Amino acid sequence: MPTATTTATQAAQLPQVHLPRNDGMPLDLDWVASVQANTSAIERRAATLPGRRSVKKDYQAAWLCKAISLMDLTTLSGDDTEARVRRLCAKARQPVSPAILEKLDMEGLTTGAVCVYHDMVETAVAALDGTNIPVAAVSTGFPAGLSPFHLRLQEIRESVAAGAKEIDIVISRRHALTGNWQALYDEMREMREACGDAHVKAILATGELGTLRNVARASLVCMMAGADFIKTSTGKEPVNATLPVTLTMIRAIRAYQDRTGTMVGYKPAGGISKAKDALVYLAMIKDELGDRWLQPDLFRFGASSLLGDIERQLEHHVTGAYSAQWRHPIG
Amino acid sequence: MTVKEIFETMDYGPAPESAAEALQWIADKGGIAGHYIDGKFGPLRDDFPSTNPATGERLAGVTKGTEAEVATAVKAARKAQSAWAKDHHKRARVLYAIARQMQKHSRLLAVMETLDNGKPIREARDIDVPLAIRHFYHHAGYAQLMSDELPDREALGVCGQIIPWNFPLLMLAWKIAPALAMGNTVVLKPAEYTSLSAMVFCEICTAAGVPPGVVNIVTGDGETGAALVAADVDKIAFTGSTAVGRIIRQQTAGSGKALSLELGGKSPYIVFDDADLDSAVEGLVDAIWFNQGQVCCAGSRLLVHEGVADRFYAKLKTRMNTLRMGNPLDKCIDVGAIVDPVQLDQIKQMVGDNTEGDNFQTAAPEGCFYPPTLITGLSPASTLMQEEIFGPVLVSTTFRTPAEAVEIANNTRYGLAASVWSENINLALDIAPKLVSGIVWVNGTNMMDAAAGFGGVRESGFGREGGWEGLQGYTKPKAAQKPAKPIAPYTSEDGTPADPLDRTAKLYIGGKQARPDGGYSTPVFNPRGKLLGHVSDANRKDIRNAVEAMNAAKGWAKTTGHLRAQIIYYIAENLNARADEFAARIKSMTGKSGTAEVDAAIQTLFSAAAWADKFDGQVHGVPIRGVALAMKEPVGKIAALCDDTPLLGLVQAMAPAIAMGNRITLVASHAFPLAATDFYQILETSDVPAGVVNIITGDPAALASDIAKHLDLDAVWSFSPRDLAETIERESAGNLKRTWVTQNPTLKETLHAATEVKNVWIPYGE
Repeated sequence: MPTATTTATQAAQLPQVHLPRNDGMPLDLDWVASVQANTSAIERRAATLPGRRSVKKDYQAAWLCKAISLMDLTTLSGDDTEARVRRLCAKARQPVSPAILEKLDMEGLTTGAVCVYHDMVETAVAALDGTNIPVAAVSTGFPAGLSPFHLRLQEIRESVAAGAKEIDIVISRRHALTGNWQALYDEMREMREACGDAHVKAILATGELGTLRNVARASLVCMMAGADFIKTSTGKEPVNATLPVTLTMIRAIRAYQDRTGTMVGYKPAGGISKAKDALVYLAMIKDELGDRWLQPDLFRFGASSLLGDIERQLEHHVTGAYSAQWRHPIG
Repeated sequence: MTVKEIFETMDYGPAPESAAEALQWIADKGGIAGHYIDGKFGPLRDDFPSTNPATGERLAGVTKGTEAEVATAVKAARKAQSAWAKDHHKRARVLYAIARQMQKHSRLLAVMETLDNGKPIREARDIDVPLAIRHFYHHAGYAQLMSDELPDREALGVCGQIIPWNFPLLMLAWKIAPALAMGNTVVLKPAEYTSLSAMVFCEICTAAGVPPGVVNIVTGDGETGAALVAADVDKIAFTGSTAVGRIIRQQTAGSGKALSLELGGKSPYIVFDDADLDSAVEGLVDAIWFNQGQVCCAGSRLLVHEGVADRFYAKLKTRMNTLRMGNPLDKCIDVGAIVDPVQLDQIKQMVGDNTEGDNFQTAAPEGCFYPPTLITGLSPASTLMQEEIFGPVLVSTTFRTPAEAVEIANNTRYGLAASVWSENINLALDIAPKLVSGIVWVNGTNMMDAAAGFGGVRESGFGREGGWEGLQGYTKPKAAQKPAKPIAPYTSEDGTPADPLDRTAKLYIGGKQARPDGGYSTPVFNPRGKLLGHVSDANRKDIRNAVEAMNAAKGWAKTTGHLRAQIIYYIAENLNARADEFAARIKSMTGKSGTAEVDAAIQTLFSAAAWADKFDGQVHGVPIRGVALAMKEPVGKIAALCDDTPLLGLVQAMAPAIAMGNRITLVASHAFPLAATDFYQILETSDVPAGVVNIITGDPAALASDIAKHLDLDAVWSFSPRDLAETIERESAGNLKRTWVTQNPTLKETLHAATEVKNVWIPYGE
């Protein structure tokens, strides 16, 4: 069993490794009840981290390439069309201009996945044919998760049938808000079941859970119910991924690993749009969870505009001149 | 490594801050740090080197200040002081200008600090320098407000200030900002290892328009410091080790110099089982690995609830492994260099000598570095649980109950700071007041701000830096004291009793009238030589008994102000009922009418009773989401030598002391003791709990020494006209108890002396 202290080199030799999936565990309500999350202290840690960690020059370029490889390039709009999705997939295959990647000796770099609505899964799968880039589908009545439960499960099954390798489900926030952890556990269990071999990311919609304590509890319950990833947000809540929420969730991941030995992935989504932010997130993951988590099977950024800023930073690294947004192909 | 390789390893890589500008600055100064006197640099001599501890490289030569140079600096400060004290608004402008100038040169200051001290640039840049700037901004405000808000206070004069090497610029700011704001001028000596940021500060003073002589810096070592202590200054403010603080206490004894000491600590860091353990682990990073643990208020003594200890230690060790140690100028470094090989050797020796518990250490680079260390399984009896290490070494033990946590936490000679981690507000706010320390952080650590006082109790010293409470130490009452002449007891060859019925007053200890241990008594005569009676001659054992009685009365500190007020009013009521009798007693001893004195005593009792539930603390406006409660706590156990107003002298010490929740032992007027001994009956009939007030009689000169030496007293006051300051101040160095030698203090001053401000920081948010 790899642990958090597995060295980066070991992990790098096994780029395609998939850890044993999280099969979950019986719901432990005592554990859920004992969870503590001190908001002020968590905020202090989050606020000082950017000042404590700095990545420069080649290291920064490498870290930004890593961020791209961990990115779920996403389009989740009502006006998505097949052509739009194909364009996004083209960007996922070639996220940075070949000239820049060549200078970095990073040819072949792709994003971690493409993330779309169910109706666009087939289009995306076809567009990514011949690559290893998986398609993720948001599911279960995304983003509110309030459609009939059987339809939500059916939606998962249909997305999987359409070729999605990853399913991003949304939890029923009301279960967390009312402390009905059993209901949340049961719901998550059934969704995991419906996913079959597809990996499931549980979106907690942390911006709607009210407190960090609730975030920590919901994280644990979803992991107990077999989530492969826990994810912050749909991107549609008023507040999406933040560093304090991230710290709370990855500490829950660490606690779950301490208890069960199982490593669960983490995906912050929404609001991460600057290269600098991505570096801070990576540093937080590296320091709190360890290098093993800096691989696409355990960490993803859910982002739509982050890539553009990273491209500009990479061009700056290569040329020494600050770049412009229009110099980089859009997705 | 190539980008491709780093892509796999995801290492941090180097992220160095450039030292070029700071090194150029030193070179431009001729490569020498030295004095800044009367607005000018010099003389500058290369008497000893200042080195970068991270590399061992020489940074500059340092001038070792001589006695004559110190005297020149003090003279310049003296000359500048009266003009500086005159215009509060001008002072506010200058302090504001200093803050602005520091902001402009913030990176130079930060880099200089890191080069000189070895602390991570992140800390110098994000903590030391901003906090130092904040002190000048904040104190510009106090300068502006002084005439309105402190109308009966004035500057002390010239302040000699001696600061340590752990926060060279920040300690300079903590010392200079309040002194200047209140109209003092200063002569400051930086630590010998770290003089360079002070040099930049001198340049800033010139640019900010600080008048010549207002700020003087004299560099040097311990000998220079000793010369400053001995110089013609009005106050010594010292931050440093308890050992040196004790020497300074002894050397300044009887000199009339005010003194504030901010000394060592062994601050407890208490983790309850309901705490957010991950956050508490992270807190420890800021508590003991901040500045390589070279922090006087470092949370160096970890106390963990037994049931979660193993889990907590495991989390802590995991976290320790991710601390990055190395070149302090690297922006991605958590732990830098130890300030000097001498300090490194001391840490190594202390840890090396320890044979108890389990050691866990991470790796350290070659050179002047010491790895983050955790030693678990110690007990309070272990040396390392008691002695300050002043390095990145955390020692730990466990506790079972909240009461035991408090007991272990307070089992120390120090009392600077404490951290309490619990998600239960009832528990946290119950523990905070019980901790013997000047600062308590709830679910946090090492939070500091100019608006909240910093300073300790017990052997961590006395005085506060920051906040309104910090201004007390840089001002004095405007009303000049007219020193009274000591009155010798009347003597007689004759010895005829004024009243044939013998009365021999005993001592009043623990609510009972007790015969003196020594078995001696002294006659008391009236002015015409007639014998009025005998009083007991107390000795050191009677002092001991009185302290034990005060210990037994510890519940008094926890009573409500309302209850204490009621009891003090009752004392006044009973005294009033016997006013004529006391007036007559005063007249019989002094030959003068006692009516006015009895009336004044009753008034004083009323005033003290009035204050008992009104001498409120404050909520400081610190820059966090949360509050810093400046709670006024009783000083503890006080012994007071009374002046020679037979009744009022007793009451003016007693009433405010007990009103604030202290226990007190009063040494009655030597010349006129019988009003005090009559007062026993008032106390006995007024519901004053046994041991809260004890009264003894005897020779104040002899008793002063016994009192000052007693290690279980928190304060000694002398209002006596006898010259006892030297004895009291020198002998008090044993436990660094608070001393207050004055005459005719106002009630308000006495209330201040009877209380100590504890700042309880409570960040909140869910």
